[in-house]
Amino acid sequence: MSLDTKAVAHIATLARIRVPEQDLAGLAKELNGIMTWVEQLNEVDTTGVEPMTGVEQRGLPQRPDVVNDGAMPDKILANAPEPAHGFFTVPKVVE
Amino acid sequence: MSDNTKNLIEGRTGMWEVVLGLEVHAQVISKAKLFSGAATAFGAEPNSQVSLVDAAFPGMLPVINEICVEQAVRTGLGLNAEINLKSVFDRKNYFYADLPAGYQISQYTQPIVGKGTIILDLPDGSRREVGITRLHLEQDAGKSLHDQHPSKSYIDLNRAGVALMEIVSEPDMRSSDEAAAYLKKLRSILRYLGTCDGNMDEGSMRCDVNVSVRKPGDPYGTRCEIKNVNSIRYVAQAIEHEARRQIEIIEDGGTIKQETRLYDPNRGETRPMRSKEEAHDYRYFPDPDLLPLILEQSFVDGIKAGLPELPDAKHERFVKEFGLSDYDAGVLVAERETAAFYEQAAKGRDPKLTANWVISELFGLLNKEGKTITESPISAAQLGELVGLIQDNTISGRIAKEVFAAMLETGKSAPAIVEEKGLRQVTDTGAIDAAIDDILAKNADKVAEYRGGKDKLFGFFVGQVMKATGGKANPAMLNERLKAKLQG
Amino acid sequence: MSELTHLTMAAALEGLKAKKFSSRELTDAYLAAMEKHRDLNAYITETPDKARAMADAADQRRAKSEANGLMDGLPIGIKDLFCTDGVLTTAGSHILDGFKPTYESTVTTNLWRHGAVMLGKLNLDEFAMGSSNETSYHGPVINPWKRKNSDVKLVPGGSSGGSAAAVAARLAMAATGTDTGGSIRQPCAFTGTTGIKPTYGRCSRWGIVAFASSLDQAGPMARSVEDCAIMLSAMAGHDPKDSTSVDVAVPDFRKALTGDIRGLKVGIPKEYRLDGLSPEIAKLWDEGVAWLKAAGAEIKEISLPHTKYALPTYYIIAPAEASSNLARYDGVRFGLRVPGKTLDEMYELTREAGFGKEVKRRVMIGTYVLSAGYYDAYYLKAQRLRALIARDFTEAFKDIDVVLTPSTPSAAFGAGEQSDDPIAMYLNDVFTVTVNLAGLPGISVPAGLDSQGLPLGLQLIGRAFDEETLFRVGQVVEKSANFTAVPAGY
Ligand SMILES: [Mg+2]
Ligand SMILES: [Zn+2]
Repeated sequence: MSLDTKAVAHIATLARIRVPEQDLAGLAKELNGIMTWVEQLNEVDTTGVEPMTGVEQRGLPQRPDVVNDGAMPDKILANAPEPAHGFFTVPKVVE
Repeated sequence: MSDNTKNLIEGRTGMWEVVLGLEVHAQVISKAKLFSGAATAFGAEPNSQVSLVDAAFPGMLPVINEICVEQAVRTGLGLNAEINLKSVFDRKNYFYADLPAGYQISQYTQPIVGKGTIILDLPDGSRREVGITRLHLEQDAGKSLHDQHPSKSYIDLNRAGVALMEIVSEPDMRSSDEAAAYLKKLRSILRYLGTCDGNMDEGSMRCDVNVSVRKPGDPYGTRCEIKNVNSIRYVAQAIEHEARRQIEIIEDGGTIKQETRLYDPNRGETRPMRSKEEAHDYRYFPDPDLLPLILEQSFVDGIKAGLPELPDAKHERFVKEFGLSDYDAGVLVAERETAAFYEQAAKGRDPKLTANWVISELFGLLNKEGKTITESPISAAQLGELVGLIQDNTISGRIAKEVFAAMLETGKSAPAIVEEKGLRQVTDTGAIDAAIDDILAKNADKVAEYRGGKDKLFGFFVGQVMKATGGKANPAMLNERLKAKLQG
Repeated sequence: MSELTHLTMAAALEGLKAKKFSSRELTDAYLAAMEKHRDLNAYITETPDKARAMADAADQRRAKSEANGLMDGLPIGIKDLFCTDGVLTTAGSHILDGFKPTYESTVTTNLWRHGAVMLGKLNLDEFAMGSSNETSYHGPVINPWKRKNSDVKLVPGGSSGGSAAAVAARLAMAATGTDTGGSIRQPCAFTGTTGIKPTYGRCSRWGIVAFASSLDQAGPMARSVEDCAIMLSAMAGHDPKDSTSVDVAVPDFRKALTGDIRGLKVGIPKEYRLDGLSPEIAKLWDEGVAWLKAAGAEIKEISLPHTKYALPTYYIIAPAEASSNLARYDGVRFGLRVPGKTLDEMYELTREAGFGKEVKRRVMIGTYVLSAGYYDAYYLKAQRLRALIARDFTEAFKDIDVVLTPSTPSAAFGAGEQSDDPIAMYLNDVFTVTVNLAGLPGISVPAGLDSQGLPLGLQLIGRAFDEETLFRVGQVVEKSANFTAVPAGY
């Protein structure tokens, strides 16, 4: 299958990356090149093969229910672009 | 499915059935967050309960809180559900200001809890089973404040990362009453289990309602999801409005568009949510920072062994053991604390009499004062003493009300008040006989009328004798002696 | 003075112990070299004040005989993917503009606990996505090596290109790297340095800017196998803050360096003998086989049948994870913000300006392969292939103890030579990426020079948590190759 400019624009929206209109076609070509290359995986019959998510399968380590973190608003906001009154800020969201 | 005709909604083209499924987000009771050591307390200063993990700083990694896992399993067991010994955490990817990582850690294809059931206690006294589809663990998002600045929204991440249980029902409900009963019962179970405080005002329990309508017997219609309705009353209102809206659209020849809507309680209507309008594609995939969650059967069994008696079992026991009516049992078991209060008060007393006193007198009082059972000014032991005095004929039910009022006023115990005020009822036959004789003598004309067939006058004599004894005559004795004497 | 920068860590530790020089002298020598060779662009941020303070503290510890750490007083560089408290951390990206973490990664914390001295933060491909260190927002890194009689600028490899260049050019005794598909081993091969990607779970990922969480591992890059062994012992260890970190003891890896590999079974995977493999690399590989045989090892041909699918598998899994890992760079809590009228506009403008071309390309691919309708065909398919690739190794390791392969299909190439063709660039990792997919350890050891005078490396792959065998065999390769070349002028 092949990615058209509309599909690329949709992916860009999902990824929240602005792609100027004039760049869409070139990007589509690049992405198609990569996707065509990865499609060689279809040569392999993987029926019945359990997907491998990660390396370890021992089960998830758990921590005790202890409050030992978090009381540090200054550190949390130290790198914020436009903090105000102890909050992060973003352009107003209208619901 | 049971007979549902009473729930149908009348439209221009005939009767409609509303189909409801609920998704409840219940905040897990835990000290720390699901994947970080930050606190979960409500109402803290903005961003003061936020770890670097919660704010999704570069390189930060989640580590799961064992209590949250335990709470989810406990809740699953309380909902008679399958516990999945292997479950997987996935990332649900979407961009929003209060979702710092750009994804929510949730569970998608392999939740910790599978299918279960819940029994609704409906207002007409009937009961009905509703299926639970699943329960999964996930992170809460932060909070956006839109009214603090003309052009900015403010973001507080205190909630971000708090553990939620998303509890999804089957589309088994058919009326707003059933939806309300579902929420009440679920809340009751969660509170019994101690896994969620069920406080909808503080947002620790939030509800999304899936609403569709159909002609009875037809396949399911297209559903709309009403997001974040924050009280049981609003849930019922939102359903009524949404069902009407959908029926009107279809009857006008239109079709329902699947969408996410918001309920506006001020206007009494639902409207589409703007932010959810664009087609979303959450790109779920297993979180590579977390391994599959593997539970031992012995761990699940241990939790099961420690479960408290839940409302349904308690209800059954109250009916069987105490001979209570279904209604009384239902009222008493709705809250764990009420049931405990009742059981303590009823210890060694007449259970039905105690139930009456808890439900009519105590609840009446608490309602009037806007108090919960745990704030009751009269303790269970004190109420039990009062019931005991009625039971052993020390006082009559009528006097008991007077004593109850005095207990409330003075904080003193019932026996003390009875002694102090000399309210002990008269059970001495001689004294009662003397009082009766005196009244009959004073009302010879009425005695004649009574004997001539005017039975109604019996009450008059009872009242007069009671008055003469200061209300302390034992009513049963009085009745018996008076009847005998009048018959001559 | 400049001899100081030519010492290995092992030798420098002896010198410090014998009080032949101080950590401060060693550190100053490096700081001077860094200043002199800024044209390589190996460092994004130099931290001379911090370095001197840490060196002085190390000298004081030594004076009081309290120098207990494995690397006490040794000046090293840190790949700028590790978050360092109060020190600018960029991940080679514009989007982390001005970001100064208020926290320190577990790996660097471990290193400082062992007394290492921080010289600065090393350049890298943006978010570790690249094989040439040309995608950094802070400019490309130059390889200190040059072809014979040529002034063409060569790439140092990537993504740990700054680390490799700094270690090769004597601008750091050693450096941290991270390796998601070959990002330690490929630049080591391109610069005549030694580097190991440990078993997945050996080093904590906490505080390292994530690229692809199920593949990323930190590791040491240094000028000898022994130095890597020392540094890995200092870096590694179980970390309860990383759920994928494995709770196994960290051995003193130096103890594994016995030189005795008699009876060891070495596997030579036939699928790695690619068509068009450069004859020079094929020859080097044969030499490697001969060295190990001469040292008493037993050589066996093995088959890793799914090898050819490793790269396309990787180029689904890594971008998928990256697309999600990089969603947090949104202009809200740290880093670059480009204002927008709406929240979405702010996101889109910030990420358009903040991410470079390769990062955008991978985020887009990752978003696509996870999106509705494509997940099964791409992502799930790749995970199944990953299982087959891992199984190939499990099968092979039933008969052998270690695998020997080339590290890269070519020597360092010229700047700009491959940057227009993403797939050509991706092929750099063809020999290394299988190791990440299977979660195994892999080491690259410099083993010779090609006809143009550029270094080439051999790779050894081991069983999970058997880095000791890699160090032992790696040192045999190192000694047999007797690789002593240093880039001219350093
Ligand atoms: Mg939901
Ligand atoms: Zn949810």
